[in-house]
Order: sequence, then structure tokens, then C-alpha cells
Amino acid sequence: MERTDADLIAAVLRGDTASFGPLVGKYSPRLFATARRYARRESEVEDIVQEVWVKAFQKLRTFRAEAPFEHWLMRLAVRTCYDFLRGHQRSREAAFSDLSAPEGDWLERFVSQPAPAGEQAEAARQLVGRVLEQLPPPARLVINLLEIEERSVKEIASLTGWSVPLVKVRAFRARAEMRRILAKMAKEKYL
Amino acid sequence: MDLAELERKLIAAARRNPPSEQVPHTFEQRLLARLRACPVPDHWALWSQALWRAAAPCVGVMLLLGAWWWFSPARNLPANDLSQEFERTVLAAAEQEPPPDLSR
Repeated sequence: MERTDADLIAAVLRGDTASFGPLVGKYSPRLFATARRYARRESEVEDIVQEVWVKAFQKLRTFRAEAPFEHWLMRLAVRTCYDFLRGHQRSREAAFSDLSAPEGDWLERFVSQPAPAGEQAEAARQLVGRVLEQLPPPARLVINLLEIEERSVKEIASLTGWSVPLVKVRAFRARAEMRRILAKMAKEKYL
Repeated sequence: MDLAELERKLIAAARRNPPSEQVPHTFEQRLLARLRACPVPDHWALWSQALWRAAAPCVGVMLLLGAWWWFSPARNLPANDLSQEFERTVLAAAEQEPPPDLSR
């Protein structure tokens, strides 16, 4: 019979570290997908996920089984990703003049005929990544959670530890900042 | 260029292409090996470690204060000097008060 999360956690707290393995196996795919939204290099992604698991292991005693383990783990993951963003603020003013050829082509197609520029295109996805990289950490986090993962403001407040009004303010600022970046991109490329 | 439309399309592209959930090979084994190497911290041990670390600076401060007291010139004054000063200060107000008018 498969052991539940609660059984595994209880075993880990009794000192059976091996019982942590099934939890790692079950939730790592989700954590890797989350970390890949914030870090580009695979080595950074792996570092983030590893840090999340180490924190989870060390703070396991503070887990109250009032909510599912996954929610608690995702809170740790989001906060670790946010710390990563704050610690790795690269020169965000990277110019759009160095768009890759597919990204440039996608944008060209969008300008000439907005409708057919395929939304699924890999180039579009890379372009989003490039725009998000230029956002400050709170804006990037809130755009990812609110617009891309389509989470509610209340959920975001719970995940990040921010208050609901703060999430709303940061979302408003993030959208404005994103529009400013897109306008800059358009200006650089077409004026 | 319609920026609102561009933003909508880019967000839609990001939604339709979620990042991969692939876990690197042997990640779980490496992580468990690391967790076994760094066991859960014992908070009492951390507290006693902090106390031991604080002991040396406390002893240092105590020695400095002791040395300061030992070599201070005030140490050569008579031992009852402080008590006399204290008494004089407390009684100063009483001495300055005029005597009560008993004629009324």
C-alpha cells in the first residue's frame, strides 16, 4: 500500500531520512517547472530546487498538516525563487538590439500581420522570457503568478507572504512596467 | 504597433508553453545524500553553542572592567567616601529647608 504524505513526513520526523525520498520523487517535477520560470541556466534551476528541498527538510517540524504538504512546499519554492531573483539581478537594461533571429522574425510577423503570428511559437516564448528578465524581481514574480500561471490575488498573497493590497499594487506596477518595456522594445526596433 | 495585443499574445504564448517538468538524472539520490550529510539542526545545540561563543567576550569585558577598577585613582579614596557622599546628598534638601514655624 502506498504511504501518504503524512505517513512519510511522520517517518522523516522520527529520523528516517530515506522516507523523504518518495516526497522528493513526487514533487520534484513541479518544483523544477516552477524554478525554470525564474532561472534560465539548468545549474541555477537545480540549485534552486535543491535549496527548496533542504529548507523543507530542515523546517519539516514547522509543517502543520492544516493544508496539503504541496501547498506548504510551493510557498517555500516561490519564496526561494524570489530570493534567487533578488540575488541575481542581472543588468536588466539588456538591449533588444540583440534579439535572436527567430525572436526578431516573430516580432516582424506580428508587426506586419498581428493575427497570424502564432502564439505557440517557441520564439514568442523566448521573447516573453526576455521581457520578463528585464522586470524587477517583485514585478517578474507577480506577472508569472498572476498572468502566466493564472493564480488569484489571494493565492499569490498566501504564496509570497505579501498582503492582498500589496499584491494588487505590485501587479498594477508590474503591468505598467511590462508595457513600458514592450514600448521600448518597439521603439528600439522600429524607430 | 498594438502593444496591448503584443502583450496579450506574449502572455498567451507563455501560458501555452509551460516549462519542462523534467528532473535531472540521479537528482533524488544526490539530494538525499546531501540531506544525510547535514542532519536537522538541533536548536538546543545551537543555543548552547551561541552561549559558549558569547562567554569569551563576556570574560574579556569583565577583565577590562576589573583592570580599570584596579588601576583607577578613585580606588585610593577612603572606603566610606561613597556612603558619606550619599548621605550628604540625601540630607542636603532637609538641611536647606527652613525650620517649621511653631508659633501658629
